[in-house]
Amino acid sequence: MEFAELIKTPRADNVALHRPFHAAVEGTLCLTGHHLIFSSRRRDNAEELWLLHSNIDSIDKRFVGSLGTIVIKCKDLRIIQLDIPGMEECLNIASSIEALSTLDSVTLMYPFFYRPMFEVLEDGWSSFLLEQEFELLSSVTNEWRLSCVNKDFSVCPSYPAVVIVPKSVDDEALRKVALFRHGGRFPVLSYYHRKNGMAMLRSSQPLTGTNGRRCKEDEKLINATLRSGRRGFVIDTRPLNVAQQARAKGGGFEQEVHYPQWRRIHKYIERFNILQESFIKLVEACNDQSHNMDRWLSKLEASNWLTHIKELLTAACLAAQCIDREGASVLVHGSEGTDSTLQVTSLAQIILDPRCRTIRGFQALVVREWLQAGHPFQQRCAQSAYSNSKQKWEAPVFLLFLECVWQIHRQFPCSFEFNEQFLILLFEHAYASQFGTFLGNNENERAKLKLPQKTMSLWSWVNRPEELSRFQNPLYEANSLVIWPSVAPQSLQLWEGVFLRWNRPSKFLEEAEEERINIIKYNKELQAKVNALRQQLAEMEAGEEGQEN
Amino acid sequence: QVEQVKLLDRFSTSNKSLTGTLYLTATHLLFIDSSQRETWILHHHIAAVEKLPLTTSGCPLVIQCKNFRIVHFVVPRERDCHDIYNSLLQLSRTAKYEELYAFSYNPKQNESEQVKGWQLIDLAEEYKRMGVPNAYWQLSDANRDYKICETYPRELYVPRTASKPIIVGSSKFRSKGRFPVLSYYHKNKEAAICRCSQPLSGFSARCLEDEHMLQAISKANPSNRYMYVMDTRPKLNAMANRAAGKGYENEDNYSNIRFQFVGIENIHVMRSSLQKLLEVSGTRGLSVNDFLSGLENSGWLRHVKAVLDAAVFLAKAIAVESASVLVHCSDGWDRTSQVCSLGALLLDSYYRTIKGFMVLIEKDWISFGHKFSDRCCQLDGDPKEISPVFTQFLESVWNLTEQFPQAFEYNEAFLLQIHEHVHSCQFGNFLGNCQKEREELKLKEKTYSLWPFLLAEQKKYQNPLYNPDFSPELTLLEPNTVSFNFKFWRNMYHQFDRSMHPRQSVFSLIMNTSEQNKQLEEDIKELEAKIKQRNGQSDVVLVKEQEPTAHPTPVALKTPPCFQKEQPPLPVNDAVRTIEGSNTADNRYSELVSEFSKAEPAVVSLEYGVARMTC
Repeated sequence: MEFAELIKTPRADNVALHRPFHAAVEGTLCLTGHHLIFSSRRRDNAEELWLLHSNIDSIDKRFVGSLGTIVIKCKDLRIIQLDIPGMEECLNIASSIEALSTLDSVTLMYPFFYRPMFEVLEDGWSSFLLEQEFELLSSVTNEWRLSCVNKDFSVCPSYPAVVIVPKSVDDEALRKVALFRHGGRFPVLSYYHRKNGMAMLRSSQPLTGTNGRRCKEDEKLINATLRSGRRGFVIDTRPLNVAQQARAKGGGFEQEVHYPQWRRIHKYIERFNILQESFIKLVEACNDQSHNMDRWLSKLEASNWLTHIKELLTAACLAAQCIDREGASVLVHGSEGTDSTLQVTSLAQIILDPRCRTIRGFQALVVREWLQAGHPFQQRCAQSAYSNSKQKWEAPVFLLFLECVWQIHRQFPCSFEFNEQFLILLFEHAYASQFGTFLGNNENERAKLKLPQKTMSLWSWVNRPEELSRFQNPLYEANSLVIWPSVAPQSLQLWEGVFLRWNRPSKFLEEAEEERINIIKYNKELQAKVNALRQQLAEMEAGEEGQEN
Repeated sequence: QVEQVKLLDRFSTSNKSLTGTLYLTATHLLFIDSSQRETWILHHHIAAVEKLPLTTSGCPLVIQCKNFRIVHFVVPRERDCHDIYNSLLQLSRTAKYEELYAFSYNPKQNESEQVKGWQLIDLAEEYKRMGVPNAYWQLSDANRDYKICETYPRELYVPRTASKPIIVGSSKFRSKGRFPVLSYYHKNKEAAICRCSQPLSGFSARCLEDEHMLQAISKANPSNRYMYVMDTRPKLNAMANRAAGKGYENEDNYSNIRFQFVGIENIHVMRSSLQKLLEVSGTRGLSVNDFLSGLENSGWLRHVKAVLDAAVFLAKAIAVESASVLVHCSDGWDRTSQVCSLGALLLDSYYRTIKGFMVLIEKDWISFGHKFSDRCCQLDGDPKEISPVFTQFLESVWNLTEQFPQAFEYNEAFLLQIHEHVHSCQFGNFLGNCQKEREELKLKEKTYSLWPFLLAEQKKYQNPLYNPDFSPELTLLEPNTVSFNFKFWRNMYHQFDRSMHPRQSVFSLIMNTSEQNKQLEEDIKELEAKIKQRNGQSDVVLVKEQEPTAHPTPVALKTPPCFQKEQPPLPVNDAVRTIEGSNTADNRYSELVSEFSKAEPAVVSLEYGVARMTC
């Protein structure tokens, strides 16, 4: 398919661009296969706006006389308005944008066309291999092994080719366990707590069905992670009644009789369309400047967004508490094990593992617990808060995770190597990107699409020193502690950096942030200078003593 | 003294507690736990004491403080509990001003220091700074002996054309004699903020002198002929007042006025609003939605927004239209003080400095007769007079500091400390309801002023991000008052609930770093001098290190160092603040697993001390 076919009017002049808190700008609008480009004609202050078509969530058009207006709502929640003279031009442009922003074929997406202008120092596609992770693990324990049972993705289509499992369980047993778990997602290692050797596993629900089917290998697999005489915890992210109802459809939960060493805790986490609705409501509330206080607060409440945040954080803290405080191993699952399960396991690691709070470690976490673990990014992030499609598979699952990280970051601002901007970057790229990282729904699909060969990885770009410096938290000081966040409603805040980003002037806040960074930088310079002077003085003193002697 | 008393964590549902000994002193209640940590509570801070039904572990006693601290003791023996309860009731309810702490508080200052302390804030100086008296405004001696208005200060500024008969006439037409006087003068715009109480207009009464008074005010502004009259009350309330012979200005009777209601609720609404807010925020195991709907139902943020909206309206009238504004409510000492002072704060960057903020409070709140004693319940009195009007003012200022992090010389701790002392009755400034009363109490001889003590420890109150050049002199600060900008002030209402706050504070880290930077600058100077000395005659500077990049000059304070001598800086309150490490990180998710061992998550206390930074 040629993109040109979709572009009837590639260019329009005298277009006015309106953005909140900016004066309107007049300029030229161009459409390319992947971008909407607006450039102002003002010579003194030329301005260009490049917008990826895939970032466009929805588009509205209306006319006053022959002046057409297009309102573009983006997946990063920004809203811009373009006034285009000429009804035909406007209609053409609107329909082109509509078509180009809703291409169904992945291979037509921009990452397949993007040619980087930077030198690749490190190929991000091979930066975070599970083999490396396993090597680290082997240095502290030999209870685990790397299994290639899924090397052709036949045992579990949504798992990566290699997984880490207890050493005592062989591939044959894994195949059997896979048949007993929804989607073949047998329990695998998610996190190993070096402090006490406890493990966090994740899987999908067991397929016990109504007649209480059991699988000895499954029991053996998860029991292999227990110390003798100790109990483990199964954290089921569904309420008990939902888990019970799941039996009718062949699903189910671990029954006490068959798993006597495990205690099951149901910690409900909302999913799919409920989350998507919540997201849409929250963004609606944030975008309306005319709300009086009561209306704003009731809209914020009605969105339920912060409730989801609290529930999710609580569940993650619970998992972390089981491991760190109770010294117990934990198995986390919901139904499919691709959404709420991953939220819980990845957040628990943020709390427990200082490594995950570094930039590199956080990238590794996202790769391991989200991309390789088979969170269906392409389905979940197909549309953002302005979509009116009622597809069931869209949900801001990853965004919720990022926001929870942000909430913990707020409470422990010196414990993270990355800053808020890094989290926002991941949010943006999960929804629309020039990089291939978040394309596809799992490793299997990524391999079929040959993404590593045909597209650039986000990590290749982000890990270059000049980019990385933008995402560093100047306040960071590594600490090896477990960080327990407060989940009281009074301690949670709306993530203004995402939800109010385009809705309020932020100049003063940004300047203040800059000043904070300056103070820290200046401190480092001063310290260096003091040290240099001290050394110089010491050398002089030594020299003088030498002369005297 | 009672031993084996338990202090419960307010928000924990697991019955975790600290055991210790409770002492009652003449001024404080003191609890020392087994690890020798001390909790001091000033009797004057106690708002309510409640004895709960006897439990198996003893008799629970809940103490609510005016600084929003709530402590929950369990006393083993009911008799002891009863005794403590009765003593606290007596001690916290003072009948006479002379029994308040300020009269016994002795910071070991000599007499001249005490006098100098009281002279630190000089309102005559302040009016001079604003540019009055001038061709249009003069000092009036009409109230020199408090004959015209008892609740006003002696020195009042009025338009030159307002003669004494006009003043007297106008004052008779205004509630409590509070006639229109100058509150703030904007010298660039030549426009004034004036304040007064409601007119006694009833349904039709008018007063020529009062009409003249307003005309005099608008004529005193050469740049604009009309003036605004802001009635800060909701229209309905103002209309209801007409039946009692009070009311609001009839636009037909006054020439060139633009009349405007701004709808701030009265003290009773504010009191119950805060009450509701505290009930919600004090709930154990609160859900997000209960919190948000409680926040909404309390109306508190709505009221704060209304106050700030009014201030923005006022400030814009002056800065944009160069119009003078007369502000009043009913008596002109609550909402009027809020709006006038916030308006001035938006207009004049001086009030965003530490000293300037003290001046602002002295002027618009203390001298103009905000009834601190009644509103803060300093003496045992009418509970209907209590209202968090001043707290609301501080909260509005805090909201501004959040929106303009670099515009204020002071930080949140400064606001909180002032709030603390408005209720502590430890210093004389806020005692009584008006200046006349304060003079009768001889506060300047018998008590001390708070301000020099705050200045002496101003390092704690400085905003490290402050940029004195943030806005040029007398340019308007324009806050965004869209609802989502207003947040629950956790550091005020949960100041003492440590588990709710971030465990690492960016603020204190930046504070310490910025403090350390100053020290390092000194060190560098010293080292360079030493090196130079050693180099002797040869003036070669060997250091090749580049100069540190340009950095905003450290905040130079214009305030005179009045009390450089080592003052014990508020020892008692320091103690009150430092105990807050006692709460373990009780984050409530532990309760999900009831059979979890009782071990709480270890306290992850990562607060940056100075020691840590000086490696």
